[in-house]
Amino acid sequence: MPLDTKPNVIPTTFKTVGTRPVRPDGVDKVTGRARFGADMQAPGMLVGRVLRSPHAHARIVKIDTSKAEALPGVKAVITSKDMPAQEGCDMDVLTNVMARDKALYDGHAVAAVAAVDAAVARKALKLIKVDYKVLPHVTDVDEAMKPDAPILHAHIEHEYQQDLLETAGHVKGKKERTLPKGKRPSNIAGRYEFGHGDIKKGFAEADVIVEHEFTTEATHQGYIEPHACLASVSSDGWAEMWVCTQGHFMVRDVCAKLLGLDVSRLRVTASEIGGGFGGKTTVFIEPVALALSRKAGKPVKIVMSREEVFRATGPTSSASMKVKIGAKRDGTFTAADAILKFQGGAFPGSPVEMGAMCAFACYDLRNVRIIGYDVVTNRPKQAAYRAPGAPMAAFAVEACVGELSEKLKMDAIDIRLKNAAKEGTVSSYGPTFGPVGLVETLQAAKAHKNYKVKLGPNQGRGVASGFWFNFGGQTCTTLNLNSDGTLGLAVGTPDIGGSRASMCLMAAEELGIAYDDVRTIVADTGSLGYNDISEGSRVTFSSGLATINAARDCKKKLCQRAAMIWGIPEEAVEWKDGHARPAGANAGNFEPLSIKELAAKASGTGGPIAGHFEVNADGAGPSFATHVVDVEVDPETGAMKVLRYLVVQDAGKAIHPDYVEGQFQGGAVQGIGWVLNEEYIYGADGRLQNPGFLDYRIPVCSDVPMIDTVIVEVPNPGHPYGVRGVGETSIVPPLAAVANAVSAAMGVRATTLPMSPPKVLAALENKMRKAAD
Amino acid sequence: MRYEAPDTIKAAVGVLSKARGTSRILAGGTDLLVQMRSGMLEPDLIVDIKKIPGMFDITSEKGGYRIGAAVSGAELGEHPKVRKFWPGVVEAVELIGSTQIQGRATMVGNLCNASPAADSVPALITAGAVARVVGPKRARNVPVEEIAIAPGKTSLKKGEFVASIFLPKPKARSGEAYLRFIPRTEMDIAVVGAGVSLTLNAKGKCTDARVALGAVGPRAIVVDKAAAALIGTTVDKATLDKLAEICSAAAKPIDDKRGTKAFRIKVAGVLARRAAAIALKRAKG
Amino acid sequence: MGAVHISTTINGDTVEYICRPDESLLDVLRDRLGMTGSKEGCGTGDCGACSVTIDGRLVCSCLVLGAEAGGHEIETIEGMADGDKLHPLQQSFLEHAALQCGICTPGFLIAARSLLERNPDPTETEVRYWLAGNLCRCTGYDKIVRAVMDTAKDMKKKGRRNAA
Repeated sequence: MPLDTKPNVIPTTFKTVGTRPVRPDGVDKVTGRARFGADMQAPGMLVGRVLRSPHAHARIVKIDTSKAEALPGVKAVITSKDMPAQEGCDMDVLTNVMARDKALYDGHAVAAVAAVDAAVARKALKLIKVDYKVLPHVTDVDEAMKPDAPILHAHIEHEYQQDLLETAGHVKGKKERTLPKGKRPSNIAGRYEFGHGDIKKGFAEADVIVEHEFTTEATHQGYIEPHACLASVSSDGWAEMWVCTQGHFMVRDVCAKLLGLDVSRLRVTASEIGGGFGGKTTVFIEPVALALSRKAGKPVKIVMSREEVFRATGPTSSASMKVKIGAKRDGTFTAADAILKFQGGAFPGSPVEMGAMCAFACYDLRNVRIIGYDVVTNRPKQAAYRAPGAPMAAFAVEACVGELSEKLKMDAIDIRLKNAAKEGTVSSYGPTFGPVGLVETLQAAKAHKNYKVKLGPNQGRGVASGFWFNFGGQTCTTLNLNSDGTLGLAVGTPDIGGSRASMCLMAAEELGIAYDDVRTIVADTGSLGYNDISEGSRVTFSSGLATINAARDCKKKLCQRAAMIWGIPEEAVEWKDGHARPAGANAGNFEPLSIKELAAKASGTGGPIAGHFEVNADGAGPSFATHVVDVEVDPETGAMKVLRYLVVQDAGKAIHPDYVEGQFQGGAVQGIGWVLNEEYIYGADGRLQNPGFLDYRIPVCSDVPMIDTVIVEVPNPGHPYGVRGVGETSIVPPLAAVANAVSAAMGVRATTLPMSPPKVLAALENKMRKAAD
Repeated sequence: MRYEAPDTIKAAVGVLSKARGTSRILAGGTDLLVQMRSGMLEPDLIVDIKKIPGMFDITSEKGGYRIGAAVSGAELGEHPKVRKFWPGVVEAVELIGSTQIQGRATMVGNLCNASPAADSVPALITAGAVARVVGPKRARNVPVEEIAIAPGKTSLKKGEFVASIFLPKPKARSGEAYLRFIPRTEMDIAVVGAGVSLTLNAKGKCTDARVALGAVGPRAIVVDKAAAALIGTTVDKATLDKLAEICSAAAKPIDDKRGTKAFRIKVAGVLARRAAAIALKRAKG
Repeated sequence: MGAVHISTTINGDTVEYICRPDESLLDVLRDRLGMTGSKEGCGTGDCGACSVTIDGRLVCSCLVLGAEAGGHEIETIEGMADGDKLHPLQQSFLEHAALQCGICTPGFLIAARSLLERNPDPTETEVRYWLAGNLCRCTGYDKIVRAVMDTAKDMKKKGRRNAA
């Protein structure tokens, strides 16, 4: 809700916004003083450890904790019996946090202990005896969709025959007549459909049609900081928690629900967070730590090991996809169709719906259809990973667009320009776009020097575009004027990318004061109203919007004080360049009062001055991007080297350009890892084979070149300064951009990720064999 | 678990010989601590050899160099002479892990950990390196290829450990190189490794050669046939192609999370050829 | 398990502690000495977030036993600044925005300082390979490499000015 009735007029020039000052939390982070999730201690603190299932799928027949409880130094042992279902709680989350009657994946928590030190806790875990009845398991998405697959949840049902008519053959290897009739237990937990027009007609109009099947493997957000929390429940039922999280209000509400506590009795403080990317938008060990603390009567600290992070937090989905695009000879797309099958681990909720919505979002399509299936498998429950669902879908779609541009002998950027979504385009997922910047990013990419570099032997160039909606959400901020004229800004969104600096910039801009006179903190859940999670690229947009409006609230009050001091009406005072001034000659000949002077007079004019703003923000504008990458392939080994990488992305308004560039670069490199080497590797026994940074291969410093960036600014009318979130879009194009580049270098199209050297070499040898025949 | 840091070889041997249960030597610790952390290993005794005099020494001996068991990769790399003599060995050792790992990891530890993919081993083999084994009986010299007998297992008896490795003086007009394939540019365990050393006569003909492959069998494979193919030739393109073929045939890899069988077989040949080309260049001076 | 009594030097100060034989130096720093600046990202030497130097040598403290530290000189991130005067690398990281979440930053700073002590004029490739043992998931490494190279340039300039 805007405070005044004027329409949102976005400034075209800024004084502080758009500069690159040092961030307020910077010195603490370069000196090691900043405290992250595992850096907190409490007197009498116990060490908590979790016992995890070694089986991918098993019935838990019996758990005997008696020997563990009897071990000296053990203060509490819990199982699901200590975490009974509460009314209205999310049973999937509760069961994922602590297994109930079945272990559903390798790593699923089955019990936990709290002990005086790590050595005793380790020993205690070994003394817990669990009787498992091992069941058949399934980890592959296509296998899991089959009607005869091992079923995870008896209550999830699907009607195969009904569905098959539209998606013939989507269950690989099964013919229509062999599929069972009627609803039956299934691992297919959901089905989504988007689109408009008539794809049959559209494909009939096409001169060229490209159609491929694609698979991508599950990847992990790979944050360097493992999950950690310190929980303390006292005997009167009041509880505190210190935790690294993207949403401490979410942690409070979810944990309170799961443990049967009043929300107001649990106070959660967000520590500094060592990376999240969506993986810390839910709870894993937090309810366990609270349950242990409640039972032991002492604070309990749980820190996950890296192995636990891989096995038992929330990687993203693996995907099996089919995409078909038809185009006229002049490059106009006539129809597009996609079937996306995502497995989200042991519980429903893969990001296939969002993937389906994003898949064709870059294009203006008359005829389009996307169908998505949400499938459960014996893998850890997925969590959001930066633009959840979009990178996989974009990989498949942009690879087809790349092939179309080759077949039609059209420049890769030109074919996208021809079909690009613009203001007024009806998107493939429904809404009509307002002002958006895809065309601007394509044009900037084409004009960039990287696009003109001449390529050598075994080198190839790939282009891809991408999209993310960005979100608003519930947001509260408070801005307090200190007695010395500086401002304390309290926001409720954990700082996952340097947002505190941006908040200071926006508050300083709005009030016309120096950046250094504003200090931003992330307040705990006891100090502010509800704030949604730092996700969806929403922080600079939502907390920024709230900060600006809180500053306007502050300005109004400052003007009131000045009016009081001058004895003139409120309306006769305006705020300009950090001062309260008489608005016009008629108001009176008074010297302007600075914020410092007004602060000094605050107690005499009515007391402390503060501004605040609470909102469920909407009006977040989508961010489009175009990436260009050059790659060199060693034809004898399949090894790939990224030579050049360019990110062009629309930020609406870059509040702090360094951190906008940082989001571009970080997302691009995560995408590079996803396409080249990262994958979850499961054995035939359903166990994860590579739960560590040695064999889960994220890019290292020597794997990548400098990441060139161009910030495009097409202002978002939904934000006072035009801000669009940027954090997520940057991971959407890289998978296809790199895959297209390797395809260009090798002359063979890559349809499965990761494109590790053995796959590339095999494809090259295949191509040579075919040529020889 | 007991931690001992004896200050003589005799004391170390004594402690090891008397120990019950599992004992491990601690030099760099970059394999041992990882194995302990994963729960794969719970030693009853750790014997830290870093207080024993000589363990950190690199001494010139009979024209070659003796390298103490606690010499880290970083220290080895900083020694100007060893690199001049055996650039392939030093490069191989320097490939092990990151800069931080190099600050602790030792060549001897890499050998005795007996991983099939150990980077130093093929290069040590082609250099003709010899391990000095100390123990309850008299010290003995063992060619490095006889140390590892199976993944994670060595030929050392109870109470024995490797106190140093001797790198002999290289013959005139010799050159060697070690190459490995990894999916990234750093930080990975070798998917395939190939070491080649060769000696030329005054006319440029190869008179002596050694070829060893890593990560394509339970332990490094010494490919005598490949060496034979080099000897008597000028190591021309046809010879190099033959060398690649022989090495691919000699490789006996498995499929695992780091690479496929087919890939390893193909790349073994490619790397052997490339390593031989570098060795040839170095031999020519 | 027999406890070990160690006397060592950390950031120039004499420090004594008792630890179990199987405790890592990282465990000792963080849990016994309250020095939480060094971070555990993996515990297996793959991420470099726990980087310290021992006698001037860059190592992962998760792969050193607390028992091995006796009689050596250990430098951690807590000792990098000189009182309130930041090391040029620390200042450069701030100015280049070479950190986002900051969890990998202490490790990178220790590693980068070690590089510049040995190689005051590294190429981009040398910087990248030296730092390959430090994982960052936020920045894509670009601004980190720029910060290190610009610091090298600045320190070289200052060195010339001092020498002149």
